[in-house]
Amino acid sequence: MSDAAHAHDDHGHHARPSGVMRWLTTTNHKDIGSLYLWFSFIMLFAAGSMALLIRAELFQPGMQLVQPDFFNQLTTMHGLIMIFGVIMPAFTGFANWQVPLMLGAPDMAFPRMNNWSFWLLPVAGILLMSSFLLPGGASAGGWTMYPPLFIQGGISYDLTILAVHIMGLSSIMGSINIITTILNMRAPGITLMKMPMFVWTWLITAYLLIATMPVLAGAVTMLLTDRNFGTHFFNAAGGGDPVMFQHIFWFFGHPEVYILILPAFGIVSQIIPTFSRKPLFGYASMVYATASIAILSFTVWAHHMFAVGMPVAAQLFFMLTTMLIAVPTGVKVFNWVATMWKGSLTFETPMLFSIAFVCLFTIGGFSGLVLAIAPVDIQLQDTYYVVAHFHYVLVSGALFSIFAGIYFWLPKWTGHMYDETLGKWHFWLSVIGMNTVFFPMHFLGLAGMPRRIPDYALQFTDFNQIATLGAFIFGFSQLIFLAVILKSIKGGARAPDRVWEGAEGLEWTVPSPAPYHTFETAPVVK
Amino acid sequence: MGNARTLTKLVVATLGMFGFGFALVPFYYKICEVTGINSGDEQSLVRNTQVDTSRWVTLEFDANTNTALPWQFKPMQRSLRVHPGQLVQVEYEVTNSSNQAIVGQAVPSYGPARAAAFFKKIECFCFTPQTLAAGERRRMPVLFVLDPAMDREVHTVTLSYTFFDTGAKAQAADRREAAARG
Repeated sequence: MSDAAHAHDDHGHHARPSGVMRWLTTTNHKDIGSLYLWFSFIMLFAAGSMALLIRAELFQPGMQLVQPDFFNQLTTMHGLIMIFGVIMPAFTGFANWQVPLMLGAPDMAFPRMNNWSFWLLPVAGILLMSSFLLPGGASAGGWTMYPPLFIQGGISYDLTILAVHIMGLSSIMGSINIITTILNMRAPGITLMKMPMFVWTWLITAYLLIATMPVLAGAVTMLLTDRNFGTHFFNAAGGGDPVMFQHIFWFFGHPEVYILILPAFGIVSQIIPTFSRKPLFGYASMVYATASIAILSFTVWAHHMFAVGMPVAAQLFFMLTTMLIAVPTGVKVFNWVATMWKGSLTFETPMLFSIAFVCLFTIGGFSGLVLAIAPVDIQLQDTYYVVAHFHYVLVSGALFSIFAGIYFWLPKWTGHMYDETLGKWHFWLSVIGMNTVFFPMHFLGLAGMPRRIPDYALQFTDFNQIATLGAFIFGFSQLIFLAVILKSIKGGARAPDRVWEGAEGLEWTVPSPAPYHTFETAPVVK
Repeated sequence: MGNARTLTKLVVATLGMFGFGFALVPFYYKICEVTGINSGDEQSLVRNTQVDTSRWVTLEFDANTNTALPWQFKPMQRSLRVHPGQLVQVEYEVTNSSNQAIVGQAVPSYGPARAAAFFKKIECFCFTPQTLAAGERRRMPVLFVLDPAMDREVHTVTLSYTFFDTGAKAQAADRREAAARG
């Protein structure tokens, strides 16, 4: 986004190729950050369209628009793409843009590896999207890829596994880069406990990625060899155990949940103090809470499997560790509220999204606590209650924090203020739409409507129609978001260096838009 | 340089965690074994209620060949402790050490003799004549149940087989065998 206008700033550096080659060969953290964010935005529309197709089919009982098998492909791909293609790349995009700016570093530690980390992603995206065109369609076994279903499907299942491998490799390389940058490239004076919360949350997230992504890679490799090379890791007929896949998958899968939310905590912890014009309440406790959540996340995985069958002692263990995570999470929510307490609040779009994040993420957290109770979970497993729960944490949690972060830093990236009126329209339509889709799903789940099924019993019709209505409001209001971004890139009021009155941190000391190269000599921080 | 060292550490950690994913496989089975979760025994829906677990019987296995038969014959296990009612499988090994094919048949006998009626063989190599080529070695199973109705005073049962060269005497061997099975 800091584009041709700054090309002439480049004297003293190697010449930059133009056109497509500029983006293919770039090693600049700001370019790569923008690429990540645009990739994630395109994938948001792709996977969002799938969600709208799912909701359109569910507008009425019976089969209207799609065949059941295609419906299953939609739910599978919607989940996989939203997680690996939207939320994770978006956070990595933020890390690329902001971590060097916040730490006073000239770039990421390994700029060429950074280029590879990004350009692997479109390859994986193409593999996933093109699998819809293959015979038998895309993989339809659910994003969790459980065997035996996932070892029985056609060629697109192999493509999905390959895509997961590639996206995993991309995240691991990105994480290595982020950890090295944070540990080695901080400007003099920035001790670990002086780092902005966003940097802290990403440091911990990157460690989680390094610890769990290879385990997922191992699990899908076992699926691949079970499918193609005659091994029997998960094939009961050959002496394997399909339940073992679920254990290995969720050993990755639960820390993954925190990979998807910790950077969101970081973004919100930057925004709330800015618009409260107060420093973040309880900074040290925020750091320790984040670290506790990350460590505890390795001890809770089997709460996804209460219905699979396990001894009562194990159910109790996983139930209690899961509930224990509510403690550090509660510390965070308390700190955000305490930061706002008696602050001079203003309600620009980033702040609105952040406040919505705190409220709605907490609802998702509470429904998570309900699901943590093993006997309740056995009732609610695979119902719409679960769908409501994880969409509250992932949409009004992770995605809203991404919206908030984009509005917050967009003026720094483009040099122009975004359109506040359109931003408010986007916020209100999103927050109303989002609640209209997902709140009724709690009731549907409690009443017993199963998830991942294209048809339903007649008594569920009303709530499903409300949900579908909300989905279309929420989906189409994202076009406003696209308009806001394009408008801000094209022009608008010039943004000052310190875009927001209450903003603190090194990124607000560089000009807006941030020049192509920043902090070539390290700033001094007291 | 600091960055290179950090990179090395993180790559090693990544490869270690990839290996850990696979290490979870034996780990999973070990946990299941130690805690008894998920074992075949726990999962079998039908439990054999005919086993008399209140007592043990020692089984001894013996093998002989008739002097006219140039075979070596031995049980794969000398003795076994079982509960009456339990399904037991044992194996014998026989070797034809001559240079010609011979048809032989084994004849069982039991000690004490009153245990014979309670020794229910389900599958036995002694049911049919066995033809062994020159120098052939063969392992053969016996599958049986000790009837729980057997006298409680019997603590040890010996199962003894003798292999005979059948030839013309095949009919007689069959009759003897049938009589022994009761």
